[in-house]
Amino acid sequence: METAQQEVLTAKEPDTGIELTGSVALLEGLVVEGVDTIFGYPGGAIMPIYDALYDYSDKLKHILVRHEQGGIHAGQGYARSSGKVGVVFATSGPGATNLVTGLADAQLDSTPVVCITGQVFAHLLGTDAFQEIDVINITSPVTKWNYQITDATEIPEVLAKAFHIARSGRPGPVLIDITKNAQLQKFNFKGYTPCRHIRSYRPKPIVRKEYVEQAAELINSAKMPFVLWGQGVILGNAEQEFKAFIEKSGIPSAWTILGAGVIPNDHPLNVGMLGMHGNYGPNVLTNECDVLIAIGMRFDDRVTGRLDKYAKQAKVIHLDIDPAEIDKNVQTTVPVWGDCKETLPLLTSLVETKQHAEWLERFKEFEKKEIDALIREELFPTCEEMTMGEVIQSLNELTNGDAVIVTDVGQHQMVACRYAKLNHTRSNITSGGLGTMGFALPAAIGAKFGALDRQVVAIIGDGGVQMNIQELGTIMQSGVDVKIIILNNQFLGMVRQWQELFNERRYSFVDITSPDFVKVAEGYGIHGKSIAKREYLKDALKMMLEHEGSYLLEVMVKKENNVFPMVPQGCSVSEIRLA
Amino acid sequence: MDTENTPVKQEYNITVYTENQIGLLSRIAIIFTRRKINIDSLNTSPSEIESIHRFNIVINETEDVVRKVTRQIEKQVEVLKVYYNTNEDVIWQEMALYKVPTDTIAEKASVERLLRENGARAVVIRKDYTVFETTGHREETDNLTAALQPYGLIEFVRSARIAIIKDSEGFNCKLREFERTEPGQDVVENEYLNSREKVFTM
Ligand SMILES: Cc1ncc(C[n+]2csc(CCOP(=O)(O)OP(=O)(O)O)c2C)c(N)n1
Repeated sequence: METAQQEVLTAKEPDTGIELTGSVALLEGLVVEGVDTIFGYPGGAIMPIYDALYDYSDKLKHILVRHEQGGIHAGQGYARSSGKVGVVFATSGPGATNLVTGLADAQLDSTPVVCITGQVFAHLLGTDAFQEIDVINITSPVTKWNYQITDATEIPEVLAKAFHIARSGRPGPVLIDITKNAQLQKFNFKGYTPCRHIRSYRPKPIVRKEYVEQAAELINSAKMPFVLWGQGVILGNAEQEFKAFIEKSGIPSAWTILGAGVIPNDHPLNVGMLGMHGNYGPNVLTNECDVLIAIGMRFDDRVTGRLDKYAKQAKVIHLDIDPAEIDKNVQTTVPVWGDCKETLPLLTSLVETKQHAEWLERFKEFEKKEIDALIREELFPTCEEMTMGEVIQSLNELTNGDAVIVTDVGQHQMVACRYAKLNHTRSNITSGGLGTMGFALPAAIGAKFGALDRQVVAIIGDGGVQMNIQELGTIMQSGVDVKIIILNNQFLGMVRQWQELFNERRYSFVDITSPDFVKVAEGYGIHGKSIAKREYLKDALKMMLEHEGSYLLEVMVKKENNVFPMVPQGCSVSEIRLA
Repeated sequence: MDTENTPVKQEYNITVYTENQIGLLSRIAIIFTRRKINIDSLNTSPSEIESIHRFNIVINETEDVVRKVTRQIEKQVEVLKVYYNTNEDVIWQEMALYKVPTDTIAEKASVERLLRENGARAVVIRKDYTVFETTGHREETDNLTAALQPYGLIEFVRSARIAIIKDSEGFNCKLREFERTEPGQDVVENEYLNSREKVFTM
């Protein structure tokens, strides 16, 4: 296709149609949607789209991943760091099924991604044709919306709907399955109009002023109010509104791991992390506050612990865009339905300017206890072996809290979330709801493409890195610059910790041997180093950060170290253990 | 045990207004399956408004669960509105068809009376069998089934429940309002699905 013709395609004259194939129409739509990067993997059923993509290389950058799961995690990382929609291509059958984990991850973490899968010819549907699977039914529980296109004329409208649904309201993953005939079919394309409205779809509930007023009243009468915030603040681009609210009301605030970074760690009202491995104060004081204000968080069980002993003494105000979250896990006193970008300023205007100095002091007391009991030893250990915490601590000193930190799942994730210094929003990218090992390496690739001017550091366990290690190939080929830190404790550490604490140290299949990671990286043309001694740590980290291009640093850490504090499963948040 | 606080399960009638969309039934069904809730009765049909469908779903659950489930259903992109009501709040009917040997009906006067008492109506009369129809609540149709059993009931079938909410003007005018401001798009017919090899082969 000639470029001159391509310009005609996006011309704003909807009535002058032009003969196009479904594939070209799709790519046109992506261009209009502002897509710049696509992560994907080709195959028979999506070949017409890839053929069309050949002519679009100046407008659409395509990153060839090494596995479709890597593709969708990269799309998620891209979406999380950039705030835009991640786009992923995969072929039918195995290509599509390889997306399922990433879709589930994106669904639970409300990440906007649009996946396009190829499908067999429409006339073969339901015949168990080569590489045919029922992708619509397989992905229904793990998508916000999905749709199968069997006729090219549907493409512009369905694609527009897909983007609208993926990014509006509570964002989420969308999948469009396109049969091969629809990709090849020519039709009269009349331009691409982004979708702004779907009759049956209400992305955000209407804000009810009376609830905002009731909430403000409760907050104004509270002696010990406590804010819990989650990713909803980031998804609503409401960081400023959030800051204004807590600063005016003077309320101590704690975060879920997906909410990390909304305000810097050293903000005086930031009292730390919630949940199973969160900080001591926020967990205990959840059961002492008188008004609990939850903002854009969903009371996940990893945050609440035992529900029947959770914040029973408190009046609960819940601000959420998704009405289905209200009263789902925790009964609210005042539900504030709506986008927190809209509701927070309303609330701020009604709350009194206050300082809860004494109450804030209680958090400080708990913090001191926690520092004495474990944080000091974790960050500045006296033992010979290195701890995960001290690696993060040294990294903080070098990045100064400005890097995007992408973590995998396990002990290192909890340590990184607890200790990484974050000065900016969209800096903590991790798999929260699904807890997907294998997430970090591809997500870091995507995160870098989504924030090219930022330093991206992936922190991964020796187990998790082996789950999508093939994506080192994607790094090699695309030349993307991500720094990879493997915290190698020679165990599936988090499972080992549970076995130690709850299964009488019966270490059942958690002892994992690893390849020489530096050699593996070398095989992919990626520089690397492995260190086992504290004296090399700072220099090695510095070398990694200063290295031009990707770099893999393996740090051998203490084998049997536990992440504390911990709210054991089935316990109340006030039963949090320091050791 | 404090009985006041023990949540009671009862029948709830869930009414769902949706776009006419392929795959939506399975999306709605998944919401129940996930929570391991058995659907007692499910009816889906076009509503009085073109392009909008109406589901009637009956489950036996506590109100808390029903409320959560309806919110999940309403979250689906193609769902316009969901209501839930107890049996007291709705008028409902199920339809039943009974196939009995014609000769028994003709010979045994008691059968005839039984049918008349139950308001059954003959829909088909053949030499070998007759099909009757009744509508009513489950107990009513069940009773007639039991009563007909000794007379050689050949076949019995019952429909899902349909229900109308007592306390409302109905969703009809609301929907018409919706429709006026945002007309629904025509669903593209898939002209290729049945043309087999005639279209593209590669
Ligand atoms: C795909 C997947 N499989 C299994 C698990 C269960 N799991 C959670 S943490 C963990 C251990 C992770 O070990 P490693 O990657 O070495 O990190 P560490 O905990 O040692 O930091 C496992 C197996 C998971 N979260 N995801």
